[in-house]
Amino acid sequence: MSQYLRDGVLDLDDFELPSKQRREKGRVIIIECVQEIPCNPCSEICPRNAITIKGDITNIPQVDFEKCNGCGICIANCPGLAIFSVNESLGQEMAEVGIPYEFKPLPETGDSVDLIDRAGQVVGTGTVKRVLQPKSYDRTALIYLMVPRELSLQIRFFRKSLKSGNKKKS
Amino acid sequence: MRITNHPILNFPEDRKRLTFVFNGKKILAFEGDSIASALHAAGYRMLSQSLKLHKPRGFFCAIGKCSSCEMEVDGVPNVKTCLEPVQEGMVVKSQLGWGTFPVRPKKRVYHRVKIPVKQVEVAVVGAGPAGLSAAIEAARHGARALLLDENHRIGGQLIKQTHMFFGSKEHYAKVRGIDIGTKLAEQCRDLAVEIAADCSVIGYFHPHELAAIEANRLLKVQAQKVIIACGASENMLSFEGNDLPGVYGAGGIQTLMNVYGVMPARRILMVGAGNIGVIVSYQLLQAGVDVVAVVEAAPTIGAYQVHASKLVRCGTPILTSHSIKQAYGVESVEGVTIVRLNENWEEIPGSEQELDVDAVCLAVGLNPAAELFFQAGCKMSFIPELGGNVVWHDENMQTSVEGLYVAGDVAGIEEASSAMLEGRLAGLSAVESLKTTTTVIQQQKEQIRQGLHALRTGPFGEKIRIGEKKMREANPA
Repeated sequence: MSQYLRDGVLDLDDFELPSKQRREKGRVIIIECVQEIPCNPCSEICPRNAITIKGDITNIPQVDFEKCNGCGICIANCPGLAIFSVNESLGQEMAEVGIPYEFKPLPETGDSVDLIDRAGQVVGTGTVKRVLQPKSYDRTALIYLMVPRELSLQIRFFRKSLKSGNKKKS
Repeated sequence: MRITNHPILNFPEDRKRLTFVFNGKKILAFEGDSIASALHAAGYRMLSQSLKLHKPRGFFCAIGKCSSCEMEVDGVPNVKTCLEPVQEGMVVKSQLGWGTFPVRPKKRVYHRVKIPVKQVEVAVVGAGPAGLSAAIEAARHGARALLLDENHRIGGQLIKQTHMFFGSKEHYAKVRGIDIGTKLAEQCRDLAVEIAADCSVIGYFHPHELAAIEANRLLKVQAQKVIIACGASENMLSFEGNDLPGVYGAGGIQTLMNVYGVMPARRILMVGAGNIGVIVSYQLLQAGVDVVAVVEAAPTIGAYQVHASKLVRCGTPILTSHSIKQAYGVESVEGVTIVRLNENWEEIPGSEQELDVDAVCLAVGLNPAAELFFQAGCKMSFIPELGGNVVWHDENMQTSVEGLYVAGDVAGIEEASSAMLEGRLAGLSAVESLKTTTTVIQQQKEQIRQGLHALRTGPFGEKIRIGEKKMREANPA
């Protein structure tokens, strides 16, 4: 039995990853949706038709990583908050990770954050690169983080770090 | 404590303030608060006492079903304070025992009162996703429809669903439940559906007469077709201390935080890792509550992986093969003991663990509120896959009583997306038999049936498929 059924934590083998070459070319999405559930907004919203759900609505979405340009629209439109993006074209040190976020307060560009993996564990530190929340995202924010490159496929959440010089806000 | 900064909901601070008196103390409330929500915000969780042993009681359901929130309001005993809106200057008292009316007439006088009668073509009981959809379809095709609901606000459980729905575009996918509720209510108003909120239907009489209570008066509704979509109530779990204030049903918690903007707890344990358990856990985190853990007695998580994953990455562990053993506290929950279970679901001695929490949320399933169908003499069957006693119904959602239809969770526990489709199907079928069928109606019905079929494919639809099959095979005669 798959481990995620016991603890809710997916393994990298549980879903399809874009190849290393593709990730190094620029931003691309990763869909972490592994069960047959009745849902298809991702395939309907993608402007490049890079996501397809063939046949029944319960089938698992397939991504054409060459068609995907990582625009991120699907990230904010996935009801399961299960789509992320990765970009490994930004040098040897750092990579960028895109995360859907539905908490308050929103972080600000430049904030230092603790980086958290799929199991909810802090595994490193990074910074907030960009915060997007246009009206069309319907209150889901899309947060781009800069993370150490070796963590580019691990980071799925973040929390403002307490140690480094973040301005205190009420 | 109030929620002030919420990612999805807006609770403006400049809402109109009201004051009322509770056991001699002045309590501040916001306009729109129920008595129970205002008391929670002020820190009072014990609302009543049990009748014999006088044990503390707080509300469990917040939708008027559990009756453990009853108090004396302005001299009237047994008022369900979870439903009763706060009014300026109200006097609220904790009630001991059954409660008494303060004034007794010297002579027994019986008045002959004329009971108001409402005549409609289609009466819909319950204004949740199924009932709203049914009323919309009936009205759209020219029927005079009346929608009755016992709550102050229509929308049923939709008014507390802050997450985006699954499904496809036709099922309002990726729209938040709260917004679907608003949209459906608007459509009802546009189609001139008559809406009777704060109106409890208490009986069904042949043929198609409903007894309802509106503003403490009896109301008779005579309809040509009746659609009952009155939803479900939450299951209890037996463990020591399960009657303490601070042990809530998942729907009750959602009402407190997402309808009234009240922080239900500081640290909470969730029991049950089905979709409702993990979704409500996530909503608790969004409201600023620390969800210490989710315990699930089964060896695997029942919820969709995407819901479980988004919770676990926020730092709330889901502990499968674990259950709650005990909740303890004097006036309300002060802590719990959880325990690991072996493969036979038995407690493993020595695996107990204490958790410091001030509340417990139970998300252990729902039970169809089938009372009106029993009373109507409908053919019923007990089908565990559908949540309990459900009413037999055909492909048009018609029960064994002609002209009486069913839709939504009361027809079998499922999702809001399928409740909306069932409601539409019932509404169309009712209007079709009332007036005349058209190809448009038939095509719509066919599309809806296909939509329902699509929602029920895949492994998560299996339980419903088995349940539906069992229900159909039960002979309606």
